Parts: sequence; C-alpha cells; structure tokens
Amino acid sequence: MATQGGKKQIVILGAGISGHTAARYLVRGRRKTRTPYEVVVISPNAKWNWVPSNIWVGVGQMNEDQVTFELAPLYKRIGVPFHQAKALSIHPEGSAEDPSPHVVVEYTSADKAGQTARIPYDYLINSTGPKLNFGATEGLGPDHGHTVSVCTASHALEANHKLQATIEAMRRGEDKTIVIGTGHGTCTCQGAAFEYIYNVEHVLRDAGVRDKARLVWISNEYELGDFGMGGVHIERGGYITNGKVFAESLMVERGIEWITRAAVNKVEAGKIHYELLDGTKNELGFDFAMLIPPFAGVGLKAFDKAGEDITAKIFAPSGFMKVDADYTPRPYAEWSAKDWPSTYQNPSYGNLFAVGIAFAPPHLISKPMSSPNGTPINPAPPRTGMPSAAMAIAVTSSILEMLDGAPAPTRHASMAKMGAACVASTGRNMFTGSAATMTVFPVVPDYEKYPMYGRDLSLTFGEIGLAGHWMKAMLHYTFIYQAKMRPGWSLLPD
Amino acid sequence: MTATNKEPYQQAYYPPKPTRLTCFMRKFLPWQLFRFGVINLKMIRLMRNSHH
Repeated sequence: MATQGGKKQIVILGAGISGHTAARYLVRGRRKTRTPYEVVVISPNAKWNWVPSNIWVGVGQMNEDQVTFELAPLYKRIGVPFHQAKALSIHPEGSAEDPSPHVVVEYTSADKAGQTARIPYDYLINSTGPKLNFGATEGLGPDHGHTVSVCTASHALEANHKLQATIEAMRRGEDKTIVIGTGHGTCTCQGAAFEYIYNVEHVLRDAGVRDKARLVWISNEYELGDFGMGGVHIERGGYITNGKVFAESLMVERGIEWITRAAVNKVEAGKIHYELLDGTKNELGFDFAMLIPPFAGVGLKAFDKAGEDITAKIFAPSGFMKVDADYTPRPYAEWSAKDWPSTYQNPSYGNLFAVGIAFAPPHLISKPMSSPNGTPINPAPPRTGMPSAAMAIAVTSSILEMLDGAPAPTRHASMAKMGAACVASTGRNMFTGSAATMTVFPVVPDYEKYPMYGRDLSLTFGEIGLAGHWMKAMLHYTFIYQAKMRPGWSLLPD
Repeated sequence: MTATNKEPYQQAYYPPKPTRLTCFMRKFLPWQLFRFGVINLKMIRLMRNSHH
C-alpha cells in the first residue's frame, strides 16, 4: 500500500465544497483513529470558491475576493500537503513503475505548470466536481461562445462586466433582451440560473432601467420549479400545491417571461436556437445571455496494473465515477429510492470513493423526456450543496473506521434519505432584498415511504421574504468562516 | 407584462400574484424576524432527520 513514513495516505481529488469538507473532517479525525494517516489534497484551482455566492459577483454586488480564498496557506496551516494539479489518471492496482495504488497528476501552478507526478494513496476520494461542458452546445459559454456563466468566480466577474455594459446601453435609451437559464437539454443547476435572473432583475430596477429590459427565462425543466428534482409539493393556504405555482408567481410578479421544456442546441451572436419538447425548433434574440452548461465528468482515465484501460469499469459513460448505486437500466416506473448510493464506495475497488457531483447517479430524478426528434429534454439530478457535504462527511467517517479495521464502509448518506435546503436570492439588500427559501426531504423522492408525493410534507416547505435573504447572507459568512477553519468551525453545522 | 385579460391570453394571466398584504409582510421586519427564527428551526429539523 501507499503508507508513507508509517502513515496511511488519504488523497482527495478536488477542493470544492465536497472535497474541502472531506479534508476538514479528515484533519479533525486525526485524533480519533489508532492508525496514523496523512491527508493530501489535489486541486487544479488555487482558490476555494463559495459557489452559491457567485450569483452576487455576477451582478456586481460582491467581488471575487469575497467568495474565494487561497487554499495553499490554509492547507499549510493545518498540515495537509496540497498539490495544485489536475488528476489525469487513476491506477488502483498500481503500475509497472509503482506497485502502490496511485494517481497521476499534472501541475497547474505557475512554478510547475505541465510537470506530472505520481501520488500514492491508501484511500482515494474523488470529489473533482464537474467539467463545465460548454462544448456540448455550439456557441455556448464565455470562452468560445456568445453567452456568459456564473459557474466560477471568474466567469461571474466577466458576466458582471457584460451586464454592466448592457445596463449602460439601457441608460442611453436602448431596449435590451436578457435571457437566462440552461444551455442544453440535460443541464442541472437550474437554481443558480433562477437566482441569477432575479438578481439581474433587482439590479435593473435599482439602476432605473427595468422598463428597457425584456427578461426571458429559458430552461429544460418540464415546468418551472422542477430544479432537477421533479419539482416539489408543499402545503400552503389549505392546499397541497406544486412549487411550480410559486415559481411562476415570482416570474409574473417581476415581469419575467418563461420558456420551459427547451433544449438550447446552438447559440450565435445575438441568437439562441432551441428545440421544444414537442419537436418544434425556435429562435430567440438576445443582447445578454447567461446560460448554465451541462455537466460531465472531468475526463479521468483509469488503468490496471498491466496498463490496460479500465476507465469503463470505474466510470460511467458520462465520466462520473460508479459507486454503490444500482445502475441496472430500468423503465421510469421501476425506479426506486433504493437505487441511490449510500456509501459512495466504488464497487470494483474498495478504497475508491466518489462524492458530490463526481459520483454517477443511477438515473434522473425528474421524469425522462425526449422530443419527437429524439432530443433528451430533462434536467439531470442535482448533487451540490448540502447533500455533497453530507456525502463527504459520511465517506470520511467510513474511511477513518476502515483505517482502524472496519471491513466495509460504516456510514451512509443516501440522497433518498437526506434533505436539502436551497435559499435562492432574489435581490441582495438587508432591508429591501428577498429570497425564496425551499427545503425538500428527501432529495430523491421515496414513493414507498411517501406514496403520494414521494416526500415528507412536514419537512418540505417554501416561502419568500426578507428572512430568506438574511438566511442566505448568514450561510455565506458562516460557510466561508467554516471553510477557512477558523476557531470553532467544527461546531458549525454543514 | 401586466396581464389585464383584455388582450389575447397571456402567460402572466394565470399564476397567482401576491396581494399587497403579502408583499408588505415579506418586508415587514417584526414578521420577518419571526420567520427567520422559524426557517432556522425548520432547517435544524431537516438536518437532524438527514443524519444517519
């Protein structure tokens, strides 16, 4: 094995919400195990990013420094070797050069850019997050396309520059069309775009140019409020109502048009081409567009001891890592909450785990749909935020107990048994701002336990108001404080 | 895009719109302070139910 100086080595790929959470909990767990171990973090990014607040960077109400911090000084302080590098391949059986299981990485830091290295591991946590797959739609994205993004802090910064230029044009009297939503038929993360459109609307009102803007929402959801979770039902006003009602109400209240069941298939300068679920093909002109890309795995390869490519054994075709889910293809009616993974252990190699967006979901949560032309138009399942942190905590606890002799993972965190909270900002101001607060339990509906709606309606709720904004602001400062591992961080809830 | 139902049917005509009281309560500080407490309690309950 990869024992280094008498210590086992736990390697984490990625330092986003799930990867960094795993690092924090492994550092905290050092005092709890009999077996000494070292934690190593590998991430191509020099900075940690509180992604949910990129929305506020994208409208100029926060700067990049308020949502990011440098990882290297923090990991140095807590004694975690940090490699600013991207993982290229996993060798779970070792290789001819190195008999220990290891990953091959390529450095992205300025001083070592392009150099490769082998990093051995006893346990590997894959928490790479997604590849932002702008290439799936021609003309999509900030690098080679015509749309902006808020998926990273630098993307959000660029989005704000273009938004401010659009606002300036409106101040000069020009009318503009602003389109926000999803840039492909299989996107997830509608919530980020949902937040962004309301914050843009809020900023336009503050700038006194709201009457100059036509705001249009476009998404692959069957109905508004689906969010890749098949929508939610909540109790309100004496009725059990679908979240679609509230999502549409928010749009109407703010004068926003919406197009749903849409797969954007091409973007040209000033023109979005999209196909609807009924098969019709349409165009939509725009002056400013923020469209979320679809996600894919980061393209990690895997090889066995003989150097044979075993990528298909470890990863799903989407590039996400296979874990303890039931991947048997079945029709929608036979899908079950039990199909979802709970330990996130790879079935082929017991010391490999994947958490957050990096694990391959067994199937969609929203109902699968496709147009008469065969174009899939359905959101992918969300695996971000609170669930990704819960997975990381479960996996780190399991690994610590396996280090001390447990034969198999001991902790479980199925998305079919955990809830999630989403606080979607609809304007940032401590007195005039607001947010839509939503909780669901469980994330993956369990129709055996909750036959009618798949969820516990006493734990699934939503409301709109200033309190939600305070909640969002509190979460921003709390989670950044916690991620920086300031005094008392471990007492704060994840 | 305010729908009046004088024009051809529009997207905006059907969804519910908040009343003036609802809009007021969304920003009314004493009520929102109370709701802030309620939301926190609900989230704590959610997290407790999520831990296995």
